[in-house]
Amino acid sequence: MTTANHRWRLYRFASPATFYPLAGKLVPWFAAVAAILAAWGLWLGMLRAPTDATQGDSYRIIFIHVPAAWMSMLLYVVMAFWAAIGWAFNARLASVVARAIAPTGAMFTFVALWTGALWGKPTWGTWWVWDARLTSELILLFLYGGYLALVSAIDDPRRGDRAGALLAIVGSVNVPIIYFSVVWWNTLHQGASVSVTTAPKMAAVMLQAMLLMTLAFWSYAFAVIFVRARAIALERDNRAAWAGAAAGRTAAQPEATT
Amino acid sequence: MIWNSASDFFAMGGYGTYVWGAYVVTAACMAIEPIAVAWRHRRARRDLAAAEDRR
Repeated sequence: MTTANHRWRLYRFASPATFYPLAGKLVPWFAAVAAILAAWGLWLGMLRAPTDATQGDSYRIIFIHVPAAWMSMLLYVVMAFWAAIGWAFNARLASVVARAIAPTGAMFTFVALWTGALWGKPTWGTWWVWDARLTSELILLFLYGGYLALVSAIDDPRRGDRAGALLAIVGSVNVPIIYFSVVWWNTLHQGASVSVTTAPKMAAVMLQAMLLMTLAFWSYAFAVIFVRARAIALERDNRAAWAGAAAGRTAAQPEATT
Repeated sequence: MIWNSASDFFAMGGYGTYVWGAYVVTAACMAIEPIAVAWRHRRARRDLAAAEDRR
């Protein structure tokens, strides 16, 4: 079996037949952009940005804390959106993408909580406090974990997709709670440092570094999620191939793809 | 460049433990996840090729 033939056969069985090769082509570009922007952002943030007048150099955690926290919320919304599309329109690729987003969202949620704890200790004198912002972000981690546990516990992929979609949609009420928690409640966590309507409350170089790191994390998320979505698409067709073989079908009939 | 020396940089004005503790764990997460996901993709390709060959 030649490599070209091998690859062609894989593509034919890759569930969303156009997504698989397209995502494969985009992954190296997103990875490269992520690396370049992270190097640029870290250079500005760690080597060029001045020491903060009140927090000293502990504030430099902001360059990963805020981008990770933003990504944790954004990815949840995107996951719930694609899960809902996959359910409402019976679109298999949308459900695959939703599943592919969850682990990366959970990772960024963990990073936001971890870096927050390490920032909280020198700034507030405590690793953790049960205030609204921190508690709702912890609930976000549990929602990602619950989604992952639920979809992996159900053997039938499409039933798992629908159950996961329900959980993701219901859980999405938590995202505005996280975002506005610092406004709605009196929290130890500070308010937003950056908003669309007011001037940023930080030096330009700090803001630039933070935005570069945000774009780097965003590009990283695309790369990792695309690879995972490709893997999940193949795993699902693998199951179909097994079923076909078990049923004694000889010709390799491609499954209907979405 | 705002630092006078490498040790200055690593000390982070006395907050080295917190700053590097945050950065090292983040870097580890963002290094392990792409590797794990690449393995998963490779395994899926292998399993599918093996299932194809059995037909």
